[in-house]
Amino acid sequence: MSQRREAAIVGIHEYPLRVAPGVSSLQIKAASAAKALSDAGLNWQDVDAVYDTGTHQNIGGLGISEYLGLKPDLIDTTSVGGSSYEFQANHAATMIASGKANVALLTYGSTAHSDRRAIGTGGATGQGSPTPFNNMEDPWGMTLISNYGMVKARHMHQYGTTDEQFANISVATRYHAMRNPEAVKAMTDLEFVGVNEITTQDVMDSRLIAWPLHLLECCMVSDGGGAVVIASKEVAANCTKKPVWIIGGGEATKYRENGGDITVSAGAQSGPRAFADAGVTPDEIDILMAYDSFSITVMCMIEDLGFCSKGEGGDYVSSGILKFDQSGGPALNTDGGGLSSNHPGERGIFLLLESARQLRGESTAQVNDAKLAVAVGNGGQLGSRHSTSATILAAD
Amino acid sequence: MTQNSPLRPQPRFPEPDTEPFWEATKNRELKYQTCNSCSEVIFYPRAHCPSCGSLETSWNTSKGDGAVYTYSVILQSRHPAFKDLGPYALAYVDLDEGFRIMSNIVNVADPVNDISCGMRVKLNWHDQGEGEIALPMFEPA
Repeated sequence: MSQRREAAIVGIHEYPLRVAPGVSSLQIKAASAAKALSDAGLNWQDVDAVYDTGTHQNIGGLGISEYLGLKPDLIDTTSVGGSSYEFQANHAATMIASGKANVALLTYGSTAHSDRRAIGTGGATGQGSPTPFNNMEDPWGMTLISNYGMVKARHMHQYGTTDEQFANISVATRYHAMRNPEAVKAMTDLEFVGVNEITTQDVMDSRLIAWPLHLLECCMVSDGGGAVVIASKEVAANCTKKPVWIIGGGEATKYRENGGDITVSAGAQSGPRAFADAGVTPDEIDILMAYDSFSITVMCMIEDLGFCSKGEGGDYVSSGILKFDQSGGPALNTDGGGLSSNHPGERGIFLLLESARQLRGESTAQVNDAKLAVAVGNGGQLGSRHSTSATILAAD
Repeated sequence: MTQNSPLRPQPRFPEPDTEPFWEATKNRELKYQTCNSCSEVIFYPRAHCPSCGSLETSWNTSKGDGAVYTYSVILQSRHPAFKDLGPYALAYVDLDEGFRIMSNIVNVADPVNDISCGMRVKLNWHDQGEGEIALPMFEPA
């Protein structure tokens, strides 16, 4: 293979609990870091680069190295919402390839559920320093879910996409979640009504939260976190598990524009860049870890990354190919996704974790001989300002 | 449905980019900017043109006529100002002058079915109190 082989994911850990009262975000980060380094066969002090969004500490990213007890040569606190971890993985791979670091640690922890944060339905807080966008958006009662609802409504209007077609996304992720014991425990602990496989009719019959988005098209709010260790090829050669190579990446932001097309995400800019960087095409991808904050987010990622033409995602997702045991297309969110496994506010790190599990052969919905995965994160709010970053990964 | 409420979040000041816009609403004027260099329509308000970077901009007054670009109907909000409203519509409205504003669509009996993308709408001001700003909402034209 002529693909790049300069930096690889060598250690992973997903914090197992989605309901973790009495534990702090920082504790989740540290516990996950220790287990991910152990998974790699590396030691705490091997880390020379720290990647973290800098939340849950004083002064942005200043606190994380101190808390962990590390003295990194490099720190990156890119914070662009749920896709931050794809941005950071791409940055880590670039810095490692350039020789600036050897062992990068990415950490994430959140207690969104235990904090009772009404992420999807809370609306504007009216706190903090005023900004131009807050001043133009706060008075209208926008909830996060309605922001994405506006994108789905426009997609339905513009392309004729139906509720039933969108529902296939939730059906596929639940199909995978039911094979993942941690996802089953998550849905049980979070008191889902019906911890079982679901049909498109179940999705359409679930209550509307913000038309046209139904409950079963919306991600959960959980606790959780994880860690990823990315290392140089020299380090990777001596790690415990086989490396999962980062072979390309792309990143972009997008926002409300006069006359703009709300159905086109930043992925239309970052996706093609990532594939060009990796030297692969969407039809070669075995695993698609696409940020499923909502059904519409996945629809936009599938179209904008080029798995199908713009506006044809409805037919694409309805063909059944998103399930791990079907051929003809990539397996979608084989851990169960944010819809049915884990969403503590910023899901991006879990896209990397499950991609790595698949390419190691360790998934609970394992795709036979999975060779290529794309982790595509989406952060912010899809209907206003958001970021989309893709990381393309290859099995050893 | 979407009635005024003292709890509805208000724009906050000082915020120099958007203050002229909100100040004009006290006279029920919907203001937008254009760039003196490249003629682009600028919205939301800013001191520079996001298309070309020019710092020379002009304020104009919209007629308040436009079309719904897209919308969502909120059935569950935990915000105190909105949680008891019943279903209410959030929308992006494309004004005929070429700018897109977030707002509410009001004076519809059944927001899910009585609103559609592309539907023509007109301004419907909601005063927030004596001497205070007014919120530019929209209703079917």
